[in-house]
Amino acid sequence: MSDFFSMDGYGIFLWPCYLITFVAIVANVLIARRAHENARVEALRRIDHESAEEQA
Amino acid sequence: MGTNWAWFHRFGSPPHVYRLAGLLTPWFAWPAGLSIVAALYGGLVLAPPDYQQGEGFRIIYVHAPSAWLSVMIYSVMATAAGIGLIWRMKVAHAAAASCAGIGAWFTVVSLVTGMLWGKPMWGTYWVWDPRLTAQLVLLFLYLGYMGLRSGIDDLGRADRASAVLALVGVVNIPIIRYSVEWWNSIHQAPSVMKMEKPSMPMEMLVPLLLMFLGFTLYFAAVLLVRLRAEILRRERNASWLREALR
Repeated sequence: MSDFFSMDGYGIFLWPCYLITFVAIVANVLIARRAHENARVEALRRIDHESAEEQA
Repeated sequence: MGTNWAWFHRFGSPPHVYRLAGLLTPWFAWPAGLSIVAALYGGLVLAPPDYQQGEGFRIIYVHAPSAWLSVMIYSVMATAAGIGLIWRMKVAHAAAASCAGIGAWFTVVSLVTGMLWGKPMWGTYWVWDPRLTAQLVLLFLYLGYMGLRSGIDDLGRADRASAVLALVGVVNIPIIRYSVEWWNSIHQAPSVMKMEKPSMPMEMLVPLLLMFLGFTLYFAAVLLVRLRAEILRRERNASWLREALR
């Protein structure tokens, strides 16, 4: 197991590469989801605002 | 002819694209996840060490697919921007704008993983080599594109100006691709993306191809979510919003 992590001495270069890639993959999913959720909430607020104006 | 244009207009219609993007996202996301997990196992466990680079070569499984995404996303962004500019298609501009952030992320990943691979193999993190420099220019193009967009308040103007920048920057794409052939580059030549037979054994190649596939599907999924956000943000006072969000 420790052989696997040391990667014949290349581990100190290799694992940071995998880590930053992992971070990028997860971060982009979170960013996209949050953008969609924010846009949805904002759009709903806009609609409510409009219908309130229509009723007034 | 009539049907062709109907198709084109459907793809220009925000409600249609919003709904379609929502339906398609899981069909890209799940295969992406499965491909990447399988490729990780193949690349880190099953593939034999390289005869020159030993275990260090395994960096290729994250470096090359990230670099591929950085260039591929730029091409998608420029194509969408061009379509938006020529046919005044708002959804195309929205798609272009959705690409930039993702592309910038993976350009950074390709640069950082490249540096971490360069240190043990070339003895240095960075050299002002044609391939590396062109890749850095790609990052600046993405950042410039995003900066330009956020600097212009009027959406229509931001779309057009940033589209022109995206199209001008396309010059950089063949430079990145052929830099290792045109100039005497320290960067190794392609081992997969070339006309002849790939120069690696199957046990190394299959996980790499799987990783390329997984990253590409992943990008499609993330792009679709961002595109939906961008469409919602752009739609003003549209009655379909009521339908779509209730």
